[in-house]
Amino acid sequence: MAETIRRTALHDLHVELGARMVPFAGWQMPVQYPMGVMAEHLHTRSQAGLFDVSHMGQVLVRAQDGQMASAAAALESRIPADVAGLPEGRQRYGLFTNEVGGIIDDLMFANRGDHFLLVVNAACAEQDIAHLRSLSGVQVTPVTDRGLLALQGPRAAEVLARLVPAAADMRFMDSQAHGWDGVDLWISRSGYTGEDGFEISVPEARLEAFARALLAEPEVAPIGLGARDSLRLEAGMPLYGHDMDGTVTPAAAALGWSIPKLRRTGGARTGGFPGADVILPELGTPGATRRGLRPEGRAPIREGVTIFDSAEGGQPIGTVSSGGFGPTVGGPVAMARLPVAILDGTTVFAELRGKRIPVTVCPLPFVTPSYKR
Amino acid sequence: MLKYTEDHEWLRAEGDEIVVGITKHASEQLGDVVFIELPDEGREVEAGEEIVVIESVKAASDITAPVAGTITAVNAALADAPGDVNGDPMAAWFFRLKPSDASALDGFMDEDAYKALVG
Repeated sequence: MAETIRRTALHDLHVELGARMVPFAGWQMPVQYPMGVMAEHLHTRSQAGLFDVSHMGQVLVRAQDGQMASAAAALESRIPADVAGLPEGRQRYGLFTNEVGGIIDDLMFANRGDHFLLVVNAACAEQDIAHLRSLSGVQVTPVTDRGLLALQGPRAAEVLARLVPAAADMRFMDSQAHGWDGVDLWISRSGYTGEDGFEISVPEARLEAFARALLAEPEVAPIGLGARDSLRLEAGMPLYGHDMDGTVTPAAAALGWSIPKLRRTGGARTGGFPGADVILPELGTPGATRRGLRPEGRAPIREGVTIFDSAEGGQPIGTVSSGGFGPTVGGPVAMARLPVAILDGTTVFAELRGKRIPVTVCPLPFVTPSYKR
Repeated sequence: MLKYTEDHEWLRAEGDEIVVGITKHASEQLGDVVFIELPDEGREVEAGEEIVVIESVKAASDITAPVAGTITAVNAALADAPGDVNGDPMAAWFFRLKPSDASALDGFMDEDAYKALVG
């Protein structure tokens, strides 16, 4: 399928800032700036990092009868989450599932009063929109005239408050509209780094002006996709297409927490989403689930590396789904689905270039999040 | 006298040995280096053999032996501080190699040719 590669409204700014641009999910995106991945990562953990995440899909879902309850019920037939109980101005994390119990995307959904705003992965956006359009009674509108920025880090709140004072009062997973210089910003206090921070939807025509206003603040540096990946990895957050996909259930992906009691067996609104018959029985008793790995030494253990139960011979027990160097941890970190019978603290072995490297199984995340609850 | 390979290694002749590192261009392309695995001293290597593993925050790559010969020394300090490759790549040598063939360096690029290659 030949497709033209898309550019975000910040493309020229990235180039001006010296970014190395790479193709990602059909978009030309900055993987790093001259600061480099390591320094960008550490800057985000200590100051504030600005990410262009305009490649992500933003989609509005509203009920044809105008009732939020109708839109919520439609979404609950695709997402095993409590959509109906989500108050106005709040956001939740959820999963789109398939008939075999796998995950076909993960997403954020926010109640914006008379409609829901969904933010989905770039690579899945087209498929998600088709999936939503198969629902009856809702109008599905892809947002094509807005970009998305993430401002992440311990100084993000004070920085954003200089431009948008009301942002300071938002709590983790609040989703609110606020004005800046005549621009309507859709702000959520959330992110993909494990740090306090915001994701901000901005009309494309003013995206560069708003990004430049943030970059003018001394605490803010532009951060590329390279550091975004190491930040989310340390924060124990899964990446769609790597840590889960259409063959991996919520329990196996360690995302069962996103399915609340009332959608589980015995709950008031149990089931009613694709694959419920597979997903629900497995929640209490998964065979294997996503775990943290801390390799000994400095060699990163990357995606695809096989994990064994012993230093020689033995059985393969899992495959690394994400892995790399964790700049804040100061060493390699990885994630893999491993049998739950293997307890935290167990030493397992990663086969790397013909050698078995000892690796300690550990709970996620590697870095404790600092959200403003 | 410095020579360069198409794989972005620099080669410096010292007596009957050559010292090998990677160029600034290579270190910039790799990004932040976080892990280096060096060959054993005394190892006999063939030209083109992958003998150093170098991992950056982005990916794993190899450094090959530019010519056949024997590894006479490795920079063990570099394995403990792999970021030095990004700091001063011309000082961050990986290994010393005694070539089997004394004229082994003749075919490699000089600085002008290498500069033309990387632009």
